[in-house]
Amino acid sequence: MSDSLSHAALPGVVIAFLLFQVKDLLILIIGASFSALLGAHFIILIKSTTRITSDTAMGLILAVFFGGGVMLLPIVNRTSSGNQAGLDTFIYGQAASMIGSDVFLTSVLAGFVILIVMIFFKEWKLYLFDPDFAKGLNLSLNVMNMIYILVLVLTIVIGIQAVGVILMSALLIIPPVSARHWTHSFRMMLWLSGGIGGVSGAVGTTISALGTSWPTGPFIVLTSGFIFLISLFFGTKKGLIVECLIHRKNKKEVQKQLFSPSVVKGGNP
Amino acid sequence: MTYTMWILLTASLVGISCGIVGVFLILRRMAMMSDAISHTVILGIVVAYLMTHSLSGIHMFIGAAFAGVLTAFLVQLLHSKGVQHEASIGVVFTILFALGVILIATKVGNAHLDVQHALMGEISFIPWNTVQIPLLGKIPVATLTLIIVLVLIIFIIGLFYKEWKITTFDPALAASIGIPVLGLHYLFMTLISVTTVAAFDAVGAIMVVAMLIAPAASAYLWTDSLFKMIVLSAIFGTISSVAGYYFAVWIDTSISGSMAFATGIVFFLSFIFSPRHGLVSNWIRPLRTK
Repeated sequence: MSDSLSHAALPGVVIAFLLFQVKDLLILIIGASFSALLGAHFIILIKSTTRITSDTAMGLILAVFFGGGVMLLPIVNRTSSGNQAGLDTFIYGQAASMIGSDVFLTSVLAGFVILIVMIFFKEWKLYLFDPDFAKGLNLSLNVMNMIYILVLVLTIVIGIQAVGVILMSALLIIPPVSARHWTHSFRMMLWLSGGIGGVSGAVGTTISALGTSWPTGPFIVLTSGFIFLISLFFGTKKGLIVECLIHRKNKKEVQKQLFSPSVVKGGNP
Repeated sequence: MTYTMWILLTASLVGISCGIVGVFLILRRMAMMSDAISHTVILGIVVAYLMTHSLSGIHMFIGAAFAGVLTAFLVQLLHSKGVQHEASIGVVFTILFALGVILIATKVGNAHLDVQHALMGEISFIPWNTVQIPLLGKIPVATLTLIIVLVLIIFIIGLFYKEWKITTFDPALAASIGIPVLGLHYLFMTLISVTTVAAFDAVGAIMVVAMLIAPAASAYLWTDSLFKMIVLSAIFGTISSVAGYYFAVWIDTSISGSMAFATGIVFFLSFIFSPRHGLVSNWIRPLRTK
């Protein structure tokens, strides 16, 4: 879902730029949110009214919206002062191109997202793990769904500026999947996932600053990928090594039981 | 043949090849896999370039096909280790793609590879890059590649048509009567990678996704027969690429972008007017049965 929404944001950015002719981050973000929300609604509509499966609907919206955005880009190029460079970084991401006010706006939006998650923490937990019970408690699933998509879109839109449309989904997927290998608690997973995301962002940016004109986004993604690999092997809850150890321990116990005296006495050893 | 004719022919070939492969893609519920592969083939191409230092077609193909299979393999591996399927696709392709982009930015430098070209494609340059073929005369390289790929696709799909059908609709049955389901899965992944690379030059990686998914999804709304679906999907692919081209010429914009957009329009029309599953027929049907 995250992948298709981050692609679906592109036409919104381009149209917003086309309409207002300014490269103000706030306007671009509003445009992006609008078209990403539209994409989300189309996906849900297609999924619920036809027999097309959700992954097909997502792929479809992703490609068509992105195609629409790419189609509009040259028009922007021609009409305005030919200043497409800023929009380009919106696609591929270049954190270095951000200016002070952009950073401020991003921080405010990020704070807002964190606030929503924190305030409704109990409700989110119910909504995710036991939607039926949540419904029974008079919690509107539709409203929760809408808030969730809104928050998701906001997160995507502010992330795009730093890592670009294409690698945005990496940052949404890799940290939680890594965190999943360390804990079973929802609260811990949130903290860990946020931490992993933050560390990869900081380390990735530092690495990309070492070389000349090294892209920021890919290095952030690679850092988080590295953390994921470590979690996959050494994670304390679902890590491969832990599972291997448990497996070996169980095997030994079973073997011990098989050759225990009581069994041997009954038959031929 | 004229300049326009070559472009239309190339675009139609992309539409037909992607349309055929796409049918199986969406029936196997692997639509997002195509998105993943279309990104990771970049890594394959870059690595192939770094190893051979040439941009000739065959190396690219091997590298890209290898990257596609690697993606499929890694996704399968992670999935079997308890990571959700969608999440494992997301993890694998973003990391491989990031590797590819970094390699381009640091090692390849100012070679003919650049991310923008690979992602967006530029069909208007195709007719200039030609080769001499006996009997046929001068043919653009990309068109020739696409013809070969199309023949390959039709050959492989046609040869194992029965097997594809069974593994797609009932993998458990297929496995129980001794069809190598996993082998076919990887063969299919190779086929997608090859199609993606062939269509690369023409429509760019992201538009390949549109061409793979949208025509097949539209055809899925019109018919229940697999064979008819394949034919319809190929036709829809062709129509969208031709319509997309003329639209792009009309308003003077990115050809591949407007082709992807045209597939969306075709899907939208099917979504509304399809006799079986369209909005209009769903709306009329209850009235008729009264």
